[in-house]
Amino acid sequence: MVPIFLGITVLSYLILTLTPGDPVQMLISPGQSAEDVAIKRRAFGLDQPVYVRYVKWLGELARGNLGYSFSTGAPVTKRVGERIVPTLKLTGAALLLSYLIGIPVGVLAAAKRYSAIDYLATVLTFLGISLPTFFLGLVGIYIFALRLQWLPVSGTMTLGGDGGFLDGLHHLVLPASVLAVAGAGIITRYVRSSMLEVMGQDYVRTARAKGLAEVLVMRRHALRNALIPVITLAGLQIPALLAGAVITEQVFEWPGMGRLTIEAINQRDYPVLMGITIIAAVLVAIGNLLADMAYAVADPRIHYE
Amino acid sequence: MPLRIHAFTMSDLASVSRAVDGAKPTRPVTFWSLATQRFLRHRLAVSGLLVMLVIAGIAAAAIWLAPHSPTAIDPVAFQAAPSATHPLGTDSVGRDVLSRLIFAARVSITVGVLAVAMYVVIGTAVGATAGYYGGKMDLVLSRIMDVMLSFPPLIIILFAVSVFGRPSIWNVILVLGLLGWPALARLVRGQFLALRDLEYVLAARANGSSDARIVLRHMLPNALAPVLVAATFGMANAILVEAALSFLGLGVQPPTPSWGNMLTDAQSLTVLERMPWLWVPPGFMILISVLSINFLGDGLRDALDPSLRL
Repeated sequence: MVPIFLGITVLSYLILTLTPGDPVQMLISPGQSAEDVAIKRRAFGLDQPVYVRYVKWLGELARGNLGYSFSTGAPVTKRVGERIVPTLKLTGAALLLSYLIGIPVGVLAAAKRYSAIDYLATVLTFLGISLPTFFLGLVGIYIFALRLQWLPVSGTMTLGGDGGFLDGLHHLVLPASVLAVAGAGIITRYVRSSMLEVMGQDYVRTARAKGLAEVLVMRRHALRNALIPVITLAGLQIPALLAGAVITEQVFEWPGMGRLTIEAINQRDYPVLMGITIIAAVLVAIGNLLADMAYAVADPRIHYE
Repeated sequence: MPLRIHAFTMSDLASVSRAVDGAKPTRPVTFWSLATQRFLRHRLAVSGLLVMLVIAGIAAAAIWLAPHSPTAIDPVAFQAAPSATHPLGTDSVGRDVLSRLIFAARVSITVGVLAVAMYVVIGTAVGATAGYYGGKMDLVLSRIMDVMLSFPPLIIILFAVSVFGRPSIWNVILVLGLLGWPALARLVRGQFLALRDLEYVLAARANGSSDARIVLRHMLPNALAPVLVAATFGMANAILVEAALSFLGLGVQPPTPSWGNMLTDAQSLTVLERMPWLWVPPGFMILISVLSINFLGDGLRDALDPSLRL
């Protein structure tokens, strides 16, 4: 994991060095002289060669310092830190929702293979993975917020409200559902194929042969084993969820890391962009690790050396 | 006639016996003719292919099909509702929505084809090198793939697009092409590792063929089927990413029309609520084209690799 993490920092820095724009130009007012610009450049350490900046930056990173925002001067850890919780709330809710939809639909499709239900589930699955998040978000806002007026258009809480739990939940429903759709499609597909594979196993045939009711065969013998590989999928879903969050947060004005990414791009705030990229990559790594561990706990046949 | 040996499945055997029992002497049964038969049985995939051909046709004939120029501004119609002159109305600047919709098909298809072609070439070259040589070469290349794959896709793409200067369609193609190859390289590497020790490769090596000849002539054709499937799904994804980037203002820039940037205006609630003709058609076009390509990819997977079921 350590070499990969180092690789992540090198690649991020490499992309950064390709930048043609000068962030200092964005900060100075038109009246300032070339000297002022030079002073600003030195203050940010931009006058030094790339590898020196990288090593310095890596040293700071090891101490938990991700640098300072070009646009506000605040520490990157603080700017990104205050945006992590809303993103985790959104992606967590979406992940939960996609499993709540994906597992039952996938099981049903497998149990009634080649039936109308299976066919419908397949088409819905493909619709789910083919719908652009921003279009789905706009359609969601149009139907549920503007026409039916059941849900708020955007934000995390009612302006001037007390920001209570129910109010938060009310604001979370639409963005989380929109973000969950693609994942639900993938999980449905995965559960279906996993179930089909398990249903072909000898122990399922044995369970049927000894006269067990089909419902029990499914629930006790097939489902339990079919869900094990699905656990790993949660880890694999994290990159897609974080990517989807960028767009969902933009559409719903959700103050998370995704929206911060867009803000940072528009302000050419590279330290913040870099911080987000690295924190996102770390979240992905942690997700994969947790999934591996959960996998080992759920399936006693698996041992990690 | 050259002797062809392939791995057969039961359904292939059924097709063979059908071919043998048939009255007319048929053409030789090859892997690709069997795959074509299997593909044609997949109704959704065939419809997906037809829809994509229609969209490609629209893109090619855009100049003749569009009622107006996609960038011409009608000075008397801003955000006008659909009418006889403007069948899908006009946008916030007074441009004809239908014409923009038609021309935007070019953007999606260009990005889908070029970006994927670019990373298929890079990914195949890297994956084949890693899989064929193995050892240290494989170790280094695999680590690079691991690093690149541990970034959330859209975030690293956004980062790169913002750094690459002025956003444009070429910018998007370049970033997708340069960042998209690791997943494909991993796939090709796996194929090559499996093929490397098969008898016909050993035989080619024994009779003194060069590495280039073994890789290009003997191994690559046998590793191509999964690459084709991955490239198809990759095309759907590239179209989605281009649309998302353009929607965010970081991809294709107006006045050049793209389905993604046509939806940007709908972030205003007035447009969203009162002018559905501005945003429903482009969103629908993205959905239709991505859905068609995904069905096509699913059919290709079933046809080319019957052992794979996902």
